[in-house]
Amino acid sequence: MPKDGGIGAPTRRREDVRFLTGTGQYCDDMNMFGQTAAVFARSTVANGVIKSIDTTAAAAMPGVLAIFTGEDFVDVGGNPAGWLINSRDGEPMKEPKRPVLAHGKVRHVGDAYAAVIAETVEQAKDAVEAIEVDIEELPAIVNMKDALSSTNYVHDEIGTNQCFDWGWIEDNRAATDAAIKGAHHVTTLELVNNRLVPNAMEPRCSMAQYNRANDEYTLHTTSQNPHLTRLLISAFVLGIPENKLTVIAPDVGGGFGSKIYHYGEEALVLAAAKKLGRPVKWTADRTEAFLTDAHGRDHVTKIELALDEEGNFLAFRTETLANVGAYLSNFATATPTFLHGTLMAGNYTVPNVYVNVKAVFTNTAPVDAYRGAGRPEATFSLERVIDKAAREIGMDPIALRRKNFIKPDQYPFASAAGLEYDSGNYDALMDQMEKVADVAGFEARRKESEKKGKLRGFGVNAYIEACGIAPSNLVGVLGSRVGLYDAATVRVNATGNLSVMVGAHSHGQGHETAFPQVVAEMLGIDPQSIDIVHGDTSKIPFGMGTYGSRSLAVCGSAVVRATEKIINKAKKIAAHMLEASDGDIELKDGVFSVAGTDKSVTFGEVALKAYIPHEFPLEDIEPGLEETAFYDPANFTYPSGAYCCEVEVDPDTGKVTVESMTAVDDFGNVINPMIVTGQVHGGLGQGIGQALLENTTYDENGQLLSASYMDYVMPRADDVPFYGVDHSKGTACTHNPLGVKGCGEAGAIGSPPTVVNAVIDALQSGGKNVTHIDMPMTPHRVWSAMQNV
Amino acid sequence: MYAFDIERPATLAEAVAALSNEDAQALGGGQTLIPTLKQRLASPEKLISLTGVAEMKGISSSGGVLTIGGGVTHGEVASDGSYKALSDLASNIGDPAVRNRGTIGGSVANNDPSACYPAAALASGATIVTNAREIAADDFFVGMFETALDEGEIVTAVKFPIPEKANYQKFVQPASRFALVGVFVAKTADGVRVAVTGASNEGVHRWSAAEEALSKDFSAKALDGLSVSADDLIADLHGSAEYRAHLVAVMTKRAVEAAA
Ligand SMILES: Cc1cc2nc3c(=O)[nH]c(=O)nc-3n(C[C@H](O)[C@H](O)[C@H](O)COP(=O)(O)OP(=O)(O)OC[C@H]3O[C@@H](n4cnc5c(N)ncnc54)[C@H](O)[C@@H]3O)c2cc1C
Repeated sequence: MPKDGGIGAPTRRREDVRFLTGTGQYCDDMNMFGQTAAVFARSTVANGVIKSIDTTAAAAMPGVLAIFTGEDFVDVGGNPAGWLINSRDGEPMKEPKRPVLAHGKVRHVGDAYAAVIAETVEQAKDAVEAIEVDIEELPAIVNMKDALSSTNYVHDEIGTNQCFDWGWIEDNRAATDAAIKGAHHVTTLELVNNRLVPNAMEPRCSMAQYNRANDEYTLHTTSQNPHLTRLLISAFVLGIPENKLTVIAPDVGGGFGSKIYHYGEEALVLAAAKKLGRPVKWTADRTEAFLTDAHGRDHVTKIELALDEEGNFLAFRTETLANVGAYLSNFATATPTFLHGTLMAGNYTVPNVYVNVKAVFTNTAPVDAYRGAGRPEATFSLERVIDKAAREIGMDPIALRRKNFIKPDQYPFASAAGLEYDSGNYDALMDQMEKVADVAGFEARRKESEKKGKLRGFGVNAYIEACGIAPSNLVGVLGSRVGLYDAATVRVNATGNLSVMVGAHSHGQGHETAFPQVVAEMLGIDPQSIDIVHGDTSKIPFGMGTYGSRSLAVCGSAVVRATEKIINKAKKIAAHMLEASDGDIELKDGVFSVAGTDKSVTFGEVALKAYIPHEFPLEDIEPGLEETAFYDPANFTYPSGAYCCEVEVDPDTGKVTVESMTAVDDFGNVINPMIVTGQVHGGLGQGIGQALLENTTYDENGQLLSASYMDYVMPRADDVPFYGVDHSKGTACTHNPLGVKGCGEAGAIGSPPTVVNAVIDALQSGGKNVTHIDMPMTPHRVWSAMQNV
Repeated sequence: MYAFDIERPATLAEAVAALSNEDAQALGGGQTLIPTLKQRLASPEKLISLTGVAEMKGISSSGGVLTIGGGVTHGEVASDGSYKALSDLASNIGDPAVRNRGTIGGSVANNDPSACYPAAALASGATIVTNAREIAADDFFVGMFETALDEGEIVTAVKFPIPEKANYQKFVQPASRFALVGVFVAKTADGVRVAVTGASNEGVHRWSAAEEALSKDFSAKALDGLSVSADDLIADLHGSAEYRAHLVAVMTKRAVEAAA
């Protein structure tokens, strides 16, 4: 391993120095000469017809430069859905247009129908208040079940509130039905996967510049994937040629999915910058973030598990209603389908799986991928119904899972939900979890809690997820309208240091530290001489960005491939310098040598030679040392894990405290264990937040009741325990060069069912026959559940 | 925020004069008012900052009565310690930033139905001192966000008779961490007073049945069988009226146990 850390070193994150010393450069930190401010006029009703918008008074206000309404964008394209889903009857999904600004109708509270550009933010806000708008309020469509039977439509032009009715795998339906019908025991559970507001620390911000001299646009924006944003704006929305548009996502303060997507505000500031010939900046306030960032989850599910006499799983059958909100966000249709249905076999050898998902439009904020995206929903349904089944048939929940686990000698394993798992060892993870969490000591701890008047519960969970998103060929067949490869350019500079341009975007994941560790390991050089460049479409190759725990598995693989090309070329140069043949050159610790001799040149000498190519065999080798690789994975990667937690419930108040949380994950090979642990910690916090705290609530009028931190509960340090995190039992991914699987979402996938299972266990131990409580398990809900049995 | 002017009077007389202007509003620590301004939910033309008013500073104790200046911050009360239950209450308001700015005068004047100080003032039988008069806590807290203060009247101090035993139990609303239900119990030679915050649409109020029972027997057991009606209690996404009614009884018991 190189000094200062190659693969496997717990190197501290170098980017943290600038984040922690206040020198990070976020969008809103940047100001341009002549900059103006955009503020949006947003609907205060969930559903309404825009009768008229009068901007005369507003336009005359001090400092106002321009006002836009939906009318100004009727001729440009809509913001598209990135994934085409076909219904069971073969019909394509319904795709109503998502305009830059609402036109004709407003469809959720926060839907923007106008924007004011002024010299200052305060002037723009004053002018927004002076816009005279007449909106005829219509009854809001909020509840999904009601939406499906209503003739009041979110989008009148499609004549239904159902986006699609999807079956997976439709050919398995009859066999699954038959297995359930004939089963010895069937456990049924109805549950809600609660809607979450992403709450990235940095609200969205977009700033556009237009350069008249060469007709070029630059957009600084809070994005997880600047190339995708550019593609959507260019090809679908504004039609700005890609070569005339630079999208830059500088430091970004968290995304969790919500910044994958292209939003109308980005198109608006671009159009305004051109019209005014001045830079235009918009920064969301926290209320706008609550009302308009794409939300996560929001499934209502019925799941059935069929078992035989011995406890073998025979079938899982799921019916889910998935809320997509008022408009289709870019990956809204992929999340409840291919990122959810395909995982519904879990870690198990179950032979029959059938999933039905109906996606429903409602007058609420759009819903899309949020940390885990579909996979937390799958795991939650599976691991809750398995726990309930264990209780019903009187079997230990760990034993029931182990009985049905896929065994290490069964890989590659074709799951009943259509994926091919490449590697794993679920029993080994469970063994390690039992050890790390001291599961054997639970009963003693329960007695201690009981002495204090508390009910203690133990909950367990096993998950699998599909990461490293995704093989383009496979997702193309499944309806994706994009490829999901990634790209890297490794540029060795003349003086021997390196710039590595990557398509993945780092907004908390630590790429700037981890990626150099990979390159340093391969070249045998100091990682401090390697810098990562990301987030700027004018500097980096076309990559697909960061989400779906894909950065290392996909983009990291591209980095490996590009570095291999560098090594090949460098060996040729070294061979020339050493007057040997390429095949005899070895690279070790940053030195190229001729095998079996003491002749050598350093990596730095080779780099210099590449750029000062005197006496260079130009007929065989080009000057320079820079290589690009695109990498498209052969399969998803399949991280898995065994989690458990212990909770205490205060029977007098219903308050739940998480006393311990253990996460044993198989992430394959690990590049930087410290970063991986940090990623798991973050995910666990979010999962505990979902399980206990985060209560996104729309009332029947479509008003978001939990639209600020006075009512929306983000997990705080004292809401979570110290974590037991272990990733020592990984099994390498078999199809990518690093053998890595992805760790960004695991914590948020594995923890919610673990917490719920533990709370149910606690209540049962107190003699309360409660079998399910919907998340978030607030004190009020837990207390109410105890009163109702 | 809308534009406004600000004045920083140094004496109470100047502050009173400045507030006689109809469009002026008092600014204490700003921990309630500033967020309201930022959201453009209020538009005073002039703010009269009270932080420079000498007469409203300081904490003093004499004859078993603790007098806290209206401009004293939660942080100062938290570290005072001469009325422990009150200092404990103050130390659990908000976060350090809120405690270092927010004032007791601002808190009682605002009378948020979920705020902590009103419960302490009411249970302790405190007296609210203004620039014009002294008002008993029983008469001061009129209803949700409503007090006996007149337009432009300033809370200059709050006088707390220090009880023999007292305790405040706050069951937090998990997002705001104000009281979902808070109960302050104070025992003096004259009997026991129990004040409840967070629960009622009427704001802070006393629970007389519990006071009667505890005045006879200051023990948690004395509360057995007592409950409050859910009528008129707050119901929101954090808890129903029934849940709040239940919590009032639980928190009262806990306060008595902790005080005893
Ligand atoms: C994050 C956060 C958490 C909080 N948590 C809690 C909590 O757990 N419990 C709790 O009780 N409170 C809590 N608060 C509220 C906090 O205690 C406020 O400081 C308090 O309610 C208002 O006091 P202030 O001095 O900041 O008043 P300001 O915000 O300045 O003013 C509030 C109102 O009172 C008026 N006013 C101010 N001072 C006087 C005066 N001396 N005389 C007459 N009128 C006056 C103002 O005109 C205004 O109408 C929290 C606040 C925040 C921001």
